[in-house]
Amino acid sequence: MTEHVHTSPEDEHESAYSGLLVNDAHWAFGTDFEDPLAGVDTTIPEGIDAPTLAAYALMLGDDSLVMSHRIAEWTSNAPELEDDIALSNIALDLLGQARLLLARAAKADESIVPALPDGSPAPPEDALAFFREAHEFRNVRLAEVVNGDFAEATVRVLLFSVWRLAVWEQLRTSRDHVLAAVAAKGVKELAYHRDYAARWFVTLAQGTDESRSRLLAALDALWPLWPELFDTHPVEAAAAGSGVGVDPATVRESAEAVLDQVLAAADVPRPEVARRAGVLGRTGRDGMHGEPLSRMLAEMQSVARAHPKGLW
Amino acid sequence: MLTLADLGVLRGVDVVGDSHVVVEITPTYSGCPAMAAMRDDLVRELTGAGFDRVEVRVSLDPAWTTDWITPDGRAALAAAGISPPGPAPSSTGPIPLTLLPTARQVRCPQCDSPATELVSEFGSTACKAQYRCSCCLEPFDHVKEI
Repeated sequence: MTEHVHTSPEDEHESAYSGLLVNDAHWAFGTDFEDPLAGVDTTIPEGIDAPTLAAYALMLGDDSLVMSHRIAEWTSNAPELEDDIALSNIALDLLGQARLLLARAAKADESIVPALPDGSPAPPEDALAFFREAHEFRNVRLAEVVNGDFAEATVRVLLFSVWRLAVWEQLRTSRDHVLAAVAAKGVKELAYHRDYAARWFVTLAQGTDESRSRLLAALDALWPLWPELFDTHPVEAAAAGSGVGVDPATVRESAEAVLDQVLAAADVPRPEVARRAGVLGRTGRDGMHGEPLSRMLAEMQSVARAHPKGLW
Repeated sequence: MLTLADLGVLRGVDVVGDSHVVVEITPTYSGCPAMAAMRDDLVRELTGAGFDRVEVRVSLDPAWTTDWITPDGRAALAAAGISPPGPAPSSTGPIPLTLLPTARQVRCPQCDSPATELVSEFGSTACKAQYRCSCCLEPFDHVKEI
């Protein structure tokens, strides 16, 4: 047995109040780490179109942010404490990724950042998160649909992370140092998310009649949004063409292969449900979203919008 | 005591002139909420040590791995009741799907029993999994290999 480490009484961590004695007022609706990319080489590689890089990073950042928010809605609502903690951790990873990606987008092209009142301490990534309208978000629609039951959360996290991991495995070699670094870190996190959801998928499919029927219903409900993940938006095509991004169509085969492994282990057939159409051909990447995103953003953004200069 | 250097979070310290120091840290997970607290601690300690200008930079590349936790760090984690990580898996190439619970040789940090079971891959912080000892029945955290 090892002896426990004793901390000295003057250890500043002993007092929860010591940190309050300094004037460290900061932006009220984010962390106070001013620049998540401080010290990171954000030089735009030669031959890369900055607005394209920014638009591409914004798409990836919006996927992470919206998905993170939906998963975070499970906090304190999951069926068991362990799953509450797991889903909260997944949401936290995605939020961290969102922060880096939105900061990268803002750094590549400042003109995309909404103008805030003079004196607002909100950093650019928070301006992007809190002060854009739904039609300005570029996330895939799978991320935004309203939460259902736990089977729905399982299927959503599975589809999202299988696709995302396939894309980010390629993004690790992006010519943009920031995107490459975010992806290299992110794949480790996404692998945990994917395996967590895949195990629950098999467990629910092979569990009771009730759990299996709920799982199949959730899969049927979300399946129409799966093909959209592999559509190539012109921004993704341009980003892929210049070596900073990944054309999602190119990872479809490997993503489908992973998903088929899960379906086979769960003895679940591939659903025969048609894809959800866009509106005049426009989908999430074009800023075309369902009403649920507007409602979600109203809740997420309202306090920051009411207090754009908020300090605490 | 467990230091930022022991955790492999501290990536570099560069003293630039008499009173200026540049410190580089890297997050364990992308959403690590402790980054600001670490930055504040570094600024306070280094200011106290006589540096007028303390710059804390974030390094994202290469991504943090648990392999950077030092032997001292592992001993300190175990002493605090936290099971230290084993070797990290390779993170290059395609990442295989794992449908079975991760098999690890984890010993209970309380009673040293090898009879332990995984409760959840997600624990009290992003970097830890939850385990339970089948011998002394105590729950404990295990630092996940990444």
